[in-house]
Parts: sequence; C-alpha cells; structure tokens
Amino acid sequence: MSPWLILLGMGVVTYLTRLSLIALFGRLAVPPIIERALRFVPPAVLSAIIFPELLRPAGAFDLSLGNVRLLAGILAILVAWRTRNVLLTIGAGMVALWVLRAII
Amino acid sequence: MSESRAGEGVPLSQRSEFLAGVRAEAPILLGVAPFGMIYGVLAIGAGLTAGASQAMSAIVFAGSAQFVGAQLFLAGTPGVVIVLTTFIVNLRHALYSASVAPHLKRLDWRWKALLAYLLTDEAYAVAITHLGRPPYSPAAAQQRHWYFLGAGLALWLTWQLSTAAGIVLGAQIPAGWALDFTLALTFIALVVPALKDCPSIAAALTAGLIAVLAAGWPYKLGLVAAALSGIGMGLLLEERQAPASQPAQESVS
Repeated sequence: MSPWLILLGMGVVTYLTRLSLIALFGRLAVPPIIERALRFVPPAVLSAIIFPELLRPAGAFDLSLGNVRLLAGILAILVAWRTRNVLLTIGAGMVALWVLRAII
Repeated sequence: MSESRAGEGVPLSQRSEFLAGVRAEAPILLGVAPFGMIYGVLAIGAGLTAGASQAMSAIVFAGSAQFVGAQLFLAGTPGVVIVLTTFIVNLRHALYSASVAPHLKRLDWRWKALLAYLLTDEAYAVAITHLGRPPYSPAAAQQRHWYFLGAGLALWLTWQLSTAAGIVLGAQIPAGWALDFTLALTFIALVVPALKDCPSIAAALTAGLIAVLAAGWPYKLGLVAAALSGIGMGLLLEERQAPASQPAQESVS
C-alpha cells in the first residue's frame, strides 16, 4: 500500500473520531466500557511496541549481554521512572546505546 | 472603540475571544514545540520522506499517533494495521468530542468540521475549561467557539512549524547514530511515569509480553492482539480491585 494512502487512512479515522459526537450530538453516547478502557490504551499500545524493540532488536529473541538496545532501554526505564523527564530519558538512552556499542 | 474599527470586519468580541484562546494556549506551546521537533527528526530517522513526515503532521495532527505511526512505518507494518492502531490510539478523542459537543451544537456544519479537525489533547484541555466557565459578557457567550479556534490554530501552527524544523534537523543527522531507537525511548519516557497502579502496570506487561510472543504473526497483527490483551487485562484487574460500593477508587500510587 502506498504510504500516502496509509497517511490518508490514519487521517480519516482520526478525524472521524474527533467529529463523531460533535456531529451526532444527542444521538449517540460513548459506551462506559470504552470510557474505562481508554486509560489503558497508552500503556498497552506503547509497551507492545517497546518490548519487541528491546527484546527482539534484530528480529529474534535476544536476552544476551550483546543486546545493547535492551541494556540501554533498561537504563532509560530507570531514568524515566526516577526523573519523569522525556528529554533526559531519550538522552540517557541514546548515550548509553552509543557507549555500549563502542565497548561491546 | 467601535466594533467596526476592530479590523477585517471581525466584531470585537470575536477577536478578543480568539486572542484569549491563543494566549491561553501559549504556555502549552512551549511544551509542544520540542515534541514536534522530536517527531520531525524521528520521522526522517524512520525512513519517511520529508513530504510524508510533514503531511502526517497536517493530515493526522495527533502527536502520539504520529510517533506510533512512524515506528510502524519503520517496521514495515501493513497499512491496514497502521490505520487500525491509529484508531485505537486516537479513540480518546471520541470522549473529547462528546464533551465539547453540547457547547458547539448551535454552530453550522463548517464550524463543527473545522473545530473537529483542531480537537487535539492540548486544544481540548484549554477550550473545555473556557467553554464550561460562566461568560464575562453576554456577547462573549455567543462567541466562545472563537476561543477554541484561537487555541486550536495556535497549536496547529506550532505543530506544523516545529515538525518542519525537526525534519530539517533530522536530515543532517547521519544514519550511524541509530536515531530510530529514540522512538522506543520516547515511548518509554511516556509510559513509565503513567504506570501508577496495578491495572496499568498489568496492562503494560501483558501487552509487552504478548507482543514479543506474537511478533512473528502475519501482517503484524500481534501488535493489535497485544494492545487489546493489555487493555482487557487492565479492565479486568480494575474491576476486581474496585467493588461496586466504591465507584471512584484511587488505588496504590
């Protein structure tokens, strides 16, 4: 599929979600289960991306010390947990990745 | 000062509402601009062209979905799965839509169509506090959508310009720097501070483990299965934790 078609699809579903209840005011409500489920969307979706990135960086499961992305990622998790600072987390993770790649 | 002097035929209350919206959005813009730049850098790092990276900011106009989208493009994810994931990530906007709807019901469809496009997390947060406040004049009460428009356009412009700046910056960075890893790091920075209770931690761990186990599934459907399992696990644990007698619980944080 062309990237432009995918971008268009992403835009359409986002726009229709935003327009939905403005356009259908009074005729439709958000089901309570969706309302409760929403707070779990970011941790679920983002973790589903993070875990394979760290544990299968080259496409195969890798728990070895040679997996620099896993080590750098664990450091970033600690930094994120202690500081709650986005830029610091990204910075620490990238520096760790570069240093580990140079050593290992 | 007569209203005809306000310029461009815009009545004074409309202009002052619009500018008040821009001003209210301003502090948030300081936080949004670096994110727009990071997005621009990462989209280039993920292999998107400059045109497609900028177009995503204009067409999708939703920070977290764009970061996820760039990562999925990088992983060669099929379009249908990218669109489905975008839908899940942006589902929260239906709540914002429901929340602003009563305030916009008397506007014509062009206003509704425009304000729906501008209904981001950051514009919603600013607009809804104003829409729910008692008006400071009867004239202002009828013009509050201009405040929403001011806040929304200020954010839109900041997002487009900071994306462009990031794209220019990203094009200067050599591929050897492994810039694609900053996407995973950005997600870590967003998720970890949000893991405040058992259900959300369980949602993250469940989704993460299923994603690793189902990584080989066709069409990257493992991602969707992992996300839905995580959300389901979170709901299940929340239900167990909160007996019917205690509706709004704030558990261990």
